[in-house]
Amino acid sequence: MLPDPHSLSGPLDPAPEAGWTDAPPRMGFFTDTSVCIGCKACEVACKEWNDVPGSGLDLLGMSYDNTGALTANSWRHVAFVEQSRPAGHPAGVAGAGPQFLGMPGAQPPGRAGGAQGRTDFRWLMMSDVCKHCTHAACLDVCPTGSLFRTEFGTVVVQEDICNGCGYCISACPYGVIDQREGDGRAWKCTLCYDRIGAGKTPACAQACPTESIQYGPLDELRERAAARVATLHERGVGEARLYGHDPGDGVGGDGAFFLLLDEPEVYGLPPDPVVTTRDLPKMWKRAGLAALAMAAAAVAAFVGGSS
Amino acid sequence: MPEAEFTSYYGRPILKAPVWKWDIAAYLFTGGLAAGSSLLAAGGQLTGRPALRSAGRVTSLAAVTASTVFLIRDLGRPARFHHMLRVAKPTSPMSVGTWILSAFGPAAGVAAVAEGAAWLPERGLSGLARRVLPPVGHAAGLAAAVTAPALATYTGVLLADTAVPSWHEAYPDLPVIFAGSALASGAGVGLIAAPVAQAGPARRMAVAGAALELYGSHRVETRLGLLSEPYRTGSAGRLLRAGRALTALGVAGALLGRRSRTLSALSGAALLGASVATRFGIFHGGVASARDPKYTVVPQRERLQRRRAAEG
Repeated sequence: MLPDPHSLSGPLDPAPEAGWTDAPPRMGFFTDTSVCIGCKACEVACKEWNDVPGSGLDLLGMSYDNTGALTANSWRHVAFVEQSRPAGHPAGVAGAGPQFLGMPGAQPPGRAGGAQGRTDFRWLMMSDVCKHCTHAACLDVCPTGSLFRTEFGTVVVQEDICNGCGYCISACPYGVIDQREGDGRAWKCTLCYDRIGAGKTPACAQACPTESIQYGPLDELRERAAARVATLHERGVGEARLYGHDPGDGVGGDGAFFLLLDEPEVYGLPPDPVVTTRDLPKMWKRAGLAALAMAAAAVAAFVGGSS
Repeated sequence: MPEAEFTSYYGRPILKAPVWKWDIAAYLFTGGLAAGSSLLAAGGQLTGRPALRSAGRVTSLAAVTASTVFLIRDLGRPARFHHMLRVAKPTSPMSVGTWILSAFGPAAGVAAVAEGAAWLPERGLSGLARRVLPPVGHAAGLAAAVTAPALATYTGVLLADTAVPSWHEAYPDLPVIFAGSALASGAGVGLIAAPVAQAGPARRMAVAGAALELYGSHRVETRLGLLSEPYRTGSAGRLLRAGRALTALGVAGALLGRRSRTLSALSGAALLGASVATRFGIFHGGVASARDPKYTVVPQRERLQRRRAAEG
């Protein structure tokens, strides 16, 4: 059988491609940041269920975010973005990026200094997670077979196999998977492989009090997300947009996608991620040419001179 | 270049910087040195230049042994290094490299051990080994040389097949740089170890290797727009400039020092130093590009804008 022409990039159903027969529908997350309240219940539930070690007390001075990023010890990360906009800023135009407005006081930010300098203010909160890419670079480059594609189309590390080579960490276009200090192996969200295998909802989605994190068959989530964006646009939230939902994007679409209220990089997401292995055939070709040139140069060095 | 404007999340990097330590940069050098010197050895073997043959074989074994040590030391779980041998995956340059090393290493080892045949007593079992080893060594030396170009160039794919911006975008050039660097370092061994009468091929190899290395480095430093910046600034910039200067010195010495053993050896050392500097420079340039969100956001934004403009 010929490999799927989209086996390295483009739209694809990953579980059958990985060899699963009678795979269940692809499961994923839709994280709707427009209803996230930044409670971090997802972070806590994830740590509790998956027995992820603590990362210590660290005050980062980044609004209420003291987690900082997705790491080996944080498989959900709630980003807090504080934005001030001139009062009367028209809807539909994105804010000026994140800006720290000082630690919260008794009054809402922008109200303390009198009418002058008063601004409109918005607070973006977003629970980030592994994207479980259709074309997962981490999985493609793993040299031990530790990373694998589950029957649900998700990507999981087998910790009894991982030898901590670190290749997946450099390969991830989202900066998700990470090496755990003192352990040496790579760790990331499993989309609660143990729970979903038993028909349960992943811990973070189960704990989310506002249904910002929704779990389900990916097709269904994509429909629901499209409807949600349409509703928000109708209500005048023109900046609402989906991220990672498109099977035609650089990673073939994400198994965990998002509704955002600003550009992706404002939340620390790459604006146009591409799976590195898309270019791998061209890379091997260039290496082959360089190898031939090297062999030719060596031959010429020995036969092409008088001394 | 004007300062690029972009937004980020509190200035934090989007990507995780490579967790590879200096061992991997050192491996880029030793792996290339093993490949280059095994080509030198095979050439010496086929054209009757014993000094090139034995120096190349011994260096190749030493360098491939060092490579293995560096690679295993860098693992988060070194005791599990053999898990690399569970699978063979063409989509993983590290897996491909594992198998290339598994083919090259033993061949280079046998070829180097065969160099010791002349020291064995002529009687009994060791006498038999004394007669059998040279032909076995010749076959192994050729096997190593056939694998060598793959060993020297796959590392370019190893770095490029990542999300690290300045490594990925440099994918057409990294194998060229590494092939050149490997040839030049192999030639360096020949210039140090061989008498001037036998060193002719090493001089020519030095020139060819330097040309490939300089051409490739020039391309990554100029062709990648914003993503060339990490190769021109900071420690990567200093290392690559040092590499270029040492390469120029090495080539000049190799060409001018045809009759001087000392000058030849010095130019060989300069070529080896150049290879080390270039490998560490390329390594650090990539790491720097992963640490600054600018190199992730700006090129992706530009790509998006071009796509939107094309769609109308």
